[in-house]
Formats: sequence, structure tokens, C-alpha cells
Amino acid sequence: MRKVAIVGAGLTKFVRRALETPKELSFEATKTALDSCGLSLDDIDCVAHGSAPDAFDGIHQKGEYLADGCGGWNKPTMRVYVGGATGVHAVVHGWHHVASGMFDLCLVVCEEKMSNAMPHAQGFFLTIFDAITERALHPNLLWIFALEMNRYMQRYGYTKEDMALAAVNNKRNGLLHPSSQFKDEITVEDVLNSETMAYPVSRLDVSPVSDGAAAVVLAAEPVARRLTDKPVWIEGVGWTLDTAYWATRDLYYPRYLDKAARMAYEMAGIREPDKQINIAEPYDPFDYKALHHMEGLQLSPRGKTVELLRDGHFARDGNLPMCPSGGLLGVGNPIAAAGTMKICELFWQLRGEAGERQVPGDPRLGVAQAWGDLMQVSSVVVTGI
Amino acid sequence: MSEKLKVSGGTALSEEDIRSGKIFVTEDSLDTAYAWDTGVAVKRYLSELKQGRIIATECRKCNRIMLPPRLFCELCFIPCNEWRYVKDTGTINTFSICHVHWDASRIKEGEKPHLPAVIEIDGASEGMGIMHILGEVEPDQIEIGMKVQAVWKPESERTGSITDIKYFKPL
Repeated sequence: MRKVAIVGAGLTKFVRRALETPKELSFEATKTALDSCGLSLDDIDCVAHGSAPDAFDGIHQKGEYLADGCGGWNKPTMRVYVGGATGVHAVVHGWHHVASGMFDLCLVVCEEKMSNAMPHAQGFFLTIFDAITERALHPNLLWIFALEMNRYMQRYGYTKEDMALAAVNNKRNGLLHPSSQFKDEITVEDVLNSETMAYPVSRLDVSPVSDGAAAVVLAAEPVARRLTDKPVWIEGVGWTLDTAYWATRDLYYPRYLDKAARMAYEMAGIREPDKQINIAEPYDPFDYKALHHMEGLQLSPRGKTVELLRDGHFARDGNLPMCPSGGLLGVGNPIAAAGTMKICELFWQLRGEAGERQVPGDPRLGVAQAWGDLMQVSSVVVTGI
Repeated sequence: MSEKLKVSGGTALSEEDIRSGKIFVTEDSLDTAYAWDTGVAVKRYLSELKQGRIIATECRKCNRIMLPPRLFCELCFIPCNEWRYVKDTGTINTFSICHVHWDASRIKEGEKPHLPAVIEIDGASEGMGIMHILGEVEPDQIEIGMKVQAVWKPESERTGSITDIKYFKPL
């Protein structure tokens, strides 16, 4: 396998409702990523793009529809879709294209426009539950998060206040992100006092509904070295799926992530991730999910994560900054684009280009992760400089 | 390169932009309908529910007694054809008190919250839970680890559905 580097990155702003069409959002992120490394579309060999369910945009075969905005015209172009994990998985997908030796330069583009769905994109999640044994109970997506959060908290004796600390950490980080759809800092009290949606989930435990797009450019080693002095190498990739019988495994631990993380670390030659990784971008559609995923990523001992969070271990200037981008909670959650945004953040942070958000201490290794479906799938990318 | 150059597009619209006609919007709606066949294993599951019983399958290799019953064990990847009746009692593994509907609209004043739970069924392998709802219980009285029992619809009203169990109530 060839070494693969990220050489450019671009984002749109994340907003509740964007004027741009999905294709236009994709174009903005893609063009920005190309410009950032001085390339034009003619230089690109192939496109790996990702977007979550067609139902959000209400456009069937969205991959084909989006291709023009992703620079896919007359090029080998392939969409990947693994629910919420799509944004990180698309980078794994692009990595295959280049690592295989088939292509030298690959564009990875992820887009989501959730505002098209009326009255709310959440309605479509009803259809992820088992058609016969679960849907008759009229479930909604919040159920599954609430069930998981409650089990996670009960298992370790965590409180809602503990979980809110993660929301405060990520949202504070996000205030410095130029793509963020938020302007105000929040407190633990704000989270606790926000409307209860599905106990234990309150409104501010949850990331927002967003529109947006993100793109990165991947290059084979010799090309990457020609293009930039600071290629950010993809050191490891991992992904796994757990069984769809989600109620038959205990939800307190993200088993779907354990194996994916170990796979990525093994490839990267990382033996002690909690000591070696400098920046973590765990997937955080909900505050508890950031902590849950830190445990699954082997970056925090099970049941000790809140203690470390309270001690400042995961703060921007702590030993292992968690979601320095702000994450989905602090920047926004256009599903597939949010995962790729985390990869963009590792790219900028490891190159020392994150501006006000820059993690101090010359970070060398970062990990980004996304998760999706019925507590099932996880994709992990380890990057280094 | 300054950070601003790395972010482009994503023009925020407000509700007012749309209401005032500043932005043109095209609307459409889909009306889709489906009828799912039960499949081989769940056919028996639903037939037994109609009789007021819960049935599981056992894998002869890993010996897991599984709910919902399945035609094949997804871990051992061999067919499952050993059927086992299990109890209609179980333990709450986790639960929620949900104040929103499936489309994110809020429940109305006075309407009771939904009480979904994962219930580990007695007689199935440890940790083998199903999703169902709780009833005959005050939300603030529910606890993880609580023992519960199925409350069945009257036989004449059962249709061969997971909803033949109305809900689970504390024992």
C-alpha cells in the first residue's frame, strides 16, 4: 500500500438553513479545498463523496445528483454511505483509491442539507428501526440515544450535569470556528434547564440540525511532497459494523468502535493511544456520545472519563484536547459533512494553521471518528505529521 | 493562508426570508406505502405473540437463546431451527421518558410521555433485550433493573404484532 496524505481542506459555513442547493454547497467546499493546495479540477484523478440518507434532501440517487458539485464530471466517482459515519468513512474510502496505487489525487467531499425535510429531518429516522418488530411501536430517533445515554450514565454513576460538561467544552471550542452556527457560550445550568426531549436527553445535550459541506484532497506520497511542505499523513484507518440487533447488546460501551479503533491504531503502529494521540475528534452528536466514544477510542478508561474531563484533561490546553473544532455540538451537524469537518480540523491543527483554535504544544498525532446507524458502525482515521 | 479563505458558502436563511417571499421555495410531498412480509423466523414469533406467548430461537453452536427469533445466528452464521418458549417477564436494561413525537413535534399538555425501554426477557440469554414500552407506572418510579411483565391485549384484539403486548408493567 502507498502512503496517503491530506494536502488540502475546505468547508462551508454550517447553518440551520442554507440558501445554496446541495450541489452548490458541495462546490463551495470542494473549490475551497482545491484552492487551498493550489490545484485545479484537471489535476484530480477521482472523487470519493458521501452523503447520508437521500430522504434528507428529498433527492433520490443523491450521489449522482451531487457529483457535479463534487468535481465528479467525467471522473471515476463513487459515493459511500454508512449513516452518521459517512463523513469519516468517505475519507477511508478515498484513502483506498490512492493507497491502492490506482490514483494519485482524490477529492473527498461530503454534503448534507437537512433543512429540506419538512417539518423536521428526524421523521426519516423512524425508518431505520426494524420494520416488523420495532416500527409498530412508533419509535423515534431520540429513543435510541436516550436509552443509550441512560444506560451509560447508570453504569458508571454519571449524572446529567457530568454529561453537560462535554456540551459546554465542545460548544466553547466551537465559538472560535469560522464555520460554526453558534454565537453564544453556554453553561452547565443552561443545559440542565433546557427542555427535556426524551429523558435523560435535554435540548442542549443535542447537536443542531444543519446544512453544510466539507472537502479534503488526498495525495499519494510523491505527489503530496511536491504539493506541500506539510502533508498530513493518513497513518491508520479502521471501520467495523456491529449487529443490527441493537437491543441485544449492552449499550453502555460502544463495542462497534472498539475494533475499528484498534484496527486503525495497529496500522498506525500506536500501542498506547491515550499517551500517543495529541488531539481527539470523537463523534459528538450528543454530549454523552463524545465521552462514550473517548472510551471506545481507548483514549480514556471506562468510567473515568468524567473525572478526566473535570480535571481539564480534555480541554484545548489539556493533555488530550477533545473536539478542539467544537465538534457537532459546537460547529453544527450536517451529518456527513460534520464527520469530514473533523478530518479538516486534524489537518489544520497538525499543520499549526488552526488560528485561534490552535492546540498548543505542536501536536503530532490526531484521531477522528464518526458513528452511525443503529448503534452499529464506526469509522476511524488516524493522522500524523 | 488566513483561515477565512478556507471557509466559503453556507448562506444562512431565516424563517422570515421564506415567509416574506424573499426566497422562492418549491414544495412537494411524497406519499409512500409499504407492506412488509414477516420473513420466516418472525412469522413464528408473531404467530406465538397472537397466542400470548413469546418464542425465541436457540443457536446449537453458541447456545444463545435469541430474541427476536432468527433464521440464522449472525455470529456463528449457521441456520437456527431450535425453538424455545421464553417467559413474558424481564428486567429493564434501560429506559427513556420521551416528550416528543416521531416528527420532533412536542407532546401536548396533559398527554402522557412515551416510555420506551430495552427489556431483557427471562429465559432468553443474558442481555437479550427487546425494545418495547412501559405502562401502569409513574415515569419517576421507573428504574434500571426493575422487574416487569407483559400486559397482553385481549385475545380477540391480537393481530400477530409486537403490539399484541400492550406494554410491560412493573411486577
